[in-house]
Amino acid sequence: MTADHLSAVSVLGTPPELERRRLWGRVFKGICLAATAVGVASLVVLLVDVAVDGAGWLSVTFFTQPPSRIPSRAGIGPALIGTLWIMGLTALITFPLGVAAAIWLEEYAGRGWVQTVIQTNIANLAGVPSIVYGILGLAVFVRWMAGITGGRSVLSGALTLSLLVLPILIIAAQEAIRAVPSSIREASYGLGATRWQTVRHHVLPNALPGILTGTILALSRAIGETAPLIMIGALTFIAFVPDGPRDDFTVLPIQIYNWASRPQDDFRHLAAASILVLLVLLLSMNALAIWLRNKYRREW
Amino acid sequence: MSLRGTRARSFGERAIGGGLFVAGGFSVLTTAGIVAVLFWESLAFFRRVPIGEFLTGTQWTPLFEPQHFGVLPLVVGSFLVAVIASVIAIPLGLGSAIYLSEYARTRTRAILKPILEILAGIPTVVYGYFALTFVTPLIRPFVPGLGVFNALSAGIVVGIMVLPLIASLSEDAMAAVPRELRHGAYALGATKFEVAARVVTPAALSGIMASFILALSRAIGETMAVVLAAGMTPSLTFDPRESIQTLTAYIVQVSLGDTPFGSIEYQSIFAVGLVLFVVTLAMNIFGRWFLKRYRQVYA
Repeated sequence: MTADHLSAVSVLGTPPELERRRLWGRVFKGICLAATAVGVASLVVLLVDVAVDGAGWLSVTFFTQPPSRIPSRAGIGPALIGTLWIMGLTALITFPLGVAAAIWLEEYAGRGWVQTVIQTNIANLAGVPSIVYGILGLAVFVRWMAGITGGRSVLSGALTLSLLVLPILIIAAQEAIRAVPSSIREASYGLGATRWQTVRHHVLPNALPGILTGTILALSRAIGETAPLIMIGALTFIAFVPDGPRDDFTVLPIQIYNWASRPQDDFRHLAAASILVLLVLLLSMNALAIWLRNKYRREW
Repeated sequence: MSLRGTRARSFGERAIGGGLFVAGGFSVLTTAGIVAVLFWESLAFFRRVPIGEFLTGTQWTPLFEPQHFGVLPLVVGSFLVAVIASVIAIPLGLGSAIYLSEYARTRTRAILKPILEILAGIPTVVYGYFALTFVTPLIRPFVPGLGVFNALSAGIVVGIMVLPLIASLSEDAMAAVPRELRHGAYALGATKFEVAARVVTPAALSGIMASFILALSRAIGETMAVVLAAGMTPSLTFDPRESIQTLTAYIVQVSLGDTPFGSIEYQSIFAVGLVLFVVTLAMNIFGRWFLKRYRQVYA
């Protein structure tokens, strides 16, 4: 109904009861709008609060130096390098494994019980609290496989986070593969291609942008994870940069935790500045994912 | 015709299929690993602390003498934070979902939804910082007796964190309600509010319930925000102004210290982890069962 229409009705006179119902409808719409606004406002307040607390502390020293007892000399150098190490290794481990699992589930598995069990299992794994992965990592990678991983090392951290983000990546890759229309597969089979040739030359290239988007989003979950890495013993104070995958390490979120948990204001400001760096990394990854999705979006 | 599940003829093709299957099956191995590790180490723990004492004890003092291993204070702490989070997130999330699904224009929704999803993507340690340095000082004048570390601030930020989950899942459920139901109600003379509140919401109820349960489970598993904002005091209290300790926060506390492998403190994190795993898994299975129900009705 248009506004004109409504006013014409009210000239003729609306039943008071309908008037009341409409008024309540407007109030309700206002309540719902306010609820949405609270969420958006929380995000704005959080970002502004962190920016105000931390922006003044960003400097060359801050990016290059190790943490220090003297706040003005403290930096996130080792944490930043550690985060890059962890992210790189996690990407290397999860991408092939996750894509292979997704291909099997979408292209190879029949609709039998094996597929159902694995699919249900992946959905359940995606809901397991991250700290439980930390417990697993501590027992398996840090203790049992200490000979291979070097104990509380970059490699143990990356393996733990890989298990954590693998379900997210598999689910995203499956959606990308499912979006490739079956006519393409049928055309390929029709020309005599084998299943793997079809997957390799037709399904994967078409699904790749979607898979990459999903991978980036899965990794953006990993970059902010703190608890599992505390579990496997990432150090809270480290003054050197890891040399290899078997070295000790720390990451940005742990550095943030360390500084935020101290009562002195200066350390809290350092925490805020580190949060800014982390959020910029995170938002750039999200922006990259959205850009990829839009650039390669195809209508079938 | 689909070729899914059919057998390949050449050896190379079969080998590739086998390799892909191993990758798919790897996730089952992860679950098996989690269950095995939690049970194995918990078993060692329960040999030293009777399981009855663990589940019903009201004192949790593993890090000083005399040691008590009653998990109830941690469980209550976790649920206290989760309940506060729900009180924040359920009305706000549901309100957002109704607004996005029933009132917002397509373009408004296309802008608002990703913004809300950013909230869900912000690392939890950032929420911890926010609770500790912003929320607690902000609400202190209004809540007499509020400690520096308290369950209230932690619950509030966890609520903000899980709000997008409720909004997003509930909105999906509402969008899945067939147009015909809405049109039928309009034809009978219902106002927009009546359609939203008395037709769409009840029709989407199982999806909405699922979002609540999944959000509650996420809140219970949340770690860094409660570690930073709620403190490390395992006391059996329902007072949100006090410092408490959650299941997750205890696990972090032990990991931060220098606990030798095999000690009772080390084993206790597996027992606590097992409780956390069982509780969240049960809620997730229950929540996804609800989700499946509404998908079956309208799909």
